[in-house]
Amino acid sequence: MTATGPSMYSGAPAHQVTTTDTLLWVALPYVVIAVFVLGHVWRYRYDKFGWTTRSSQLYESRLLRVGSPLFHFGILVVLLGHIGGLVVPKRWTTAAGVSEHMYHVTAVALGTVAGLCTLAGLAILIYRRRTVGPVFSATTRNDKLMYAVLTLVILLGLSATVAANLLGGGYDYRETVSPWFRSVFFLHPRAGSMAGVPILFRLHALSALLLFTIWPFTRLVHMLTAPVGYLTRPYIVYRSHDTTLGRRPPRRGWDLPR
Amino acid sequence: MRVMAQMAMVMNLDKCIGCHTCSVTCKQAWTNRSGVEYVWFNNVETRPGQGYPRQYEDQERWRGGWTLNKRGRLTLKAGGRARKLLTIFANPKLPSIGDYYEPWTYDYETLTDAPLQEHTPVARPRSLISGKYMKVSWSANWDDDLGGSAETGERDVVLREVSEKVKLEFDQTFMFYLPRICEHCLNPSCAASCPSGAIYKRTEDGIVLVDQDRCRGWRMCVTGCPYKKVYFNHRTGKAEKCTFCFPRVEVGIPTVCSETCVGRLRYIGLMLYDVDKVLDAASTPDDTDLYEAQRGVFLDPHDPEVIAAAERDGVPRDWIEAAQRSPIWALINTYKVALPLHPEYRTMPMVWYIPPLSPVVDVVRDTGHDAENAGNLFAAIDALRIPVDYLAQLFTAGDPAPVDAVLRRLAAMRSYMRDLNLGRDPDEAIPARVGMTGEQIYEMYHLLALAKYDARYVIPAAHAEDAHKLEELATECSLDYEGGPGMTGWGPFGETSGGAAPIAVENFHMLRQRQTSDVPAGREHLRGRVNLLNWDGKGLPEGLFPPRGGDEGPGPGGTNPPADSGAAETEPKP
Repeated sequence: MTATGPSMYSGAPAHQVTTTDTLLWVALPYVVIAVFVLGHVWRYRYDKFGWTTRSSQLYESRLLRVGSPLFHFGILVVLLGHIGGLVVPKRWTTAAGVSEHMYHVTAVALGTVAGLCTLAGLAILIYRRRTVGPVFSATTRNDKLMYAVLTLVILLGLSATVAANLLGGGYDYRETVSPWFRSVFFLHPRAGSMAGVPILFRLHALSALLLFTIWPFTRLVHMLTAPVGYLTRPYIVYRSHDTTLGRRPPRRGWDLPR
Repeated sequence: MRVMAQMAMVMNLDKCIGCHTCSVTCKQAWTNRSGVEYVWFNNVETRPGQGYPRQYEDQERWRGGWTLNKRGRLTLKAGGRARKLLTIFANPKLPSIGDYYEPWTYDYETLTDAPLQEHTPVARPRSLISGKYMKVSWSANWDDDLGGSAETGERDVVLREVSEKVKLEFDQTFMFYLPRICEHCLNPSCAASCPSGAIYKRTEDGIVLVDQDRCRGWRMCVTGCPYKKVYFNHRTGKAEKCTFCFPRVEVGIPTVCSETCVGRLRYIGLMLYDVDKVLDAASTPDDTDLYEAQRGVFLDPHDPEVIAAAERDGVPRDWIEAAQRSPIWALINTYKVALPLHPEYRTMPMVWYIPPLSPVVDVVRDTGHDAENAGNLFAAIDALRIPVDYLAQLFTAGDPAPVDAVLRRLAAMRSYMRDLNLGRDPDEAIPARVGMTGEQIYEMYHLLALAKYDARYVIPAAHAEDAHKLEELATECSLDYEGGPGMTGWGPFGETSGGAAPIAVENFHMLRQRQTSDVPAGREHLRGRVNLLNWDGKGLPEGLFPPRGGDEGPGPGGTNPPADSGAAETEPKP
């Protein structure tokens, strides 16, 4: 594997920023963030009852037992990888003594393994969903759309990594994509850094934006209520019917009815 | 001491005739919906038998309930918090639908739509899970009345624990029914297993409920409950369980299963208990001591100290009085005839059972001896190890002594009361042999045999100042009824998402519509459903009857077509 120096890519920001670039990398992300946040708020208020994993384990567990952990643990590692790659600035890792080469090898190795696990798990789960009768009949159109977009995002992401490393000898997205990603949250979006990024990376980012847009309206919402609180709460929950609904003091016999 | 009140139930198994009325009425009230076709909040099992779901008592397989770890501390048998979260993506110990049964319906349409033919049309069973034709091979009561026990009887988990001799002869020896609902445990392992914290125990009455808005369908509760009384709704993706009919109990009326019980064998009342003692009691090292340990958690509602503590802890005065009159307290503590189901699961169950004396009585009678003679009965209880050992496996973790004592008390009541009923002088030696007085026996007889409604159910209503909170109408949007502007049936997120329709609101709107409309009822579009509550018997609601063959069905205004209008195609046979 060849070392990838920053010099190879430093030309990226020099690209001309077109209107399309501005729309895709400045306007669109904010629209997506708005839909993602407000969508969740709305869904939580309107549809608490529908906020569930809608597990189909009752119907079939042989394939699920393999596919589901493979997919979920895979995607959790992928998520951690994305946090490491997109959120943590490159100079932090450099300051911590991690060389570009070390980072790259780790990221590619871990990313490919986790990505393939995720993909394999997803393949098993989709196969199961299509072939097991009860599971298929419990699949809504909403689920099908979600599966299509999710698969697209994962395939594009994985192929971007594989293509960049097999054909191009690696691509340092931490010089281009990551600064853009962070700039969106600093409210100073830099469309220019995305302009020269290889097409697969750009498509991956766009498909991810699409996924985040539909996210609050699909069963993916279960991720946001991952039960980490279980680790700290007491085993038995006691609740009074007072706690959730309003309390009204008892009316005195001599009071006028309100 | 921290006093809490618990709504509890006792069932007198001697009276259960296995009619399943409780199961059917419960199902009509609570689980008559899609997604919960296989769900029986109340079911009646024939014992010996496998139970529902099959072999649910095999905790080495299902890992339900609590166990003691090496240091003697109480832990969930299926693993602690970290283990639960690591296996959350595919629960390794979840019963499949096959362990319950695949619910089905019949092609009833073929019965009404079949053309004239020589052979009677047949309604074939169709799976409610896959929608395909299926062969019915198991259900919730497949081994009812020991049906097929020659083949499946060996699979009774409890039988494995008792002697070889029993295994060979059990189906000739005895049989009884075991109705089961959620135990509303003092130490519920379903609640402890729930990653979202959606299952909670109500502080007022101890009823264990699933918050449908907080349940995320992680399905750990199904594994956690050793009685397998939490079910997974496969349509909504949420857990559901017996509610102890809380909307009824809150207004002081008994649960549906109790109210409709033909044998009048269920008792409902309050128990006061000390919350601080629950964990210690559940951690009792020896399984066979758990019965006494749980009795030690209960507090005597007549004790002035307990009364003072209860008042301090916010138990209303009328609830304390109800606890004093509670039939549950009398059966568990005064007469000591009620025993918990499977105390070895360490959940501190609160639905207790009076073990049946009838297997013993039947044997004595069959041998030609006087089955109401105290001496004969006592001797038989001592001699007949089979029923006693089996009952001990169910109710006392295998210790025959408490079961023995209960059966002797029931036998004593039987023969003492016979003397009274026949106008003879009562034999005070009989109660003395079981450590009771004649007066106590008579009171017990009053509670068990006469079992007046007011004695069986001592249910204090929830407090009036809470009434607002108990009304569904006050907190719901009145447009959210089924078919109203707020509801769209199959929402975009799956079955019945977006909030449930309060039935009172639905009925209110439909009633008003009916009273103010010019056409007879039943013209509403209910998407295939018929609301019988609002059908006044006039007109033909769509979907209530199969469409008449031939023309367009009922004419305008819903008037009945002439009886012969559809007879053109299916002439009666000559």
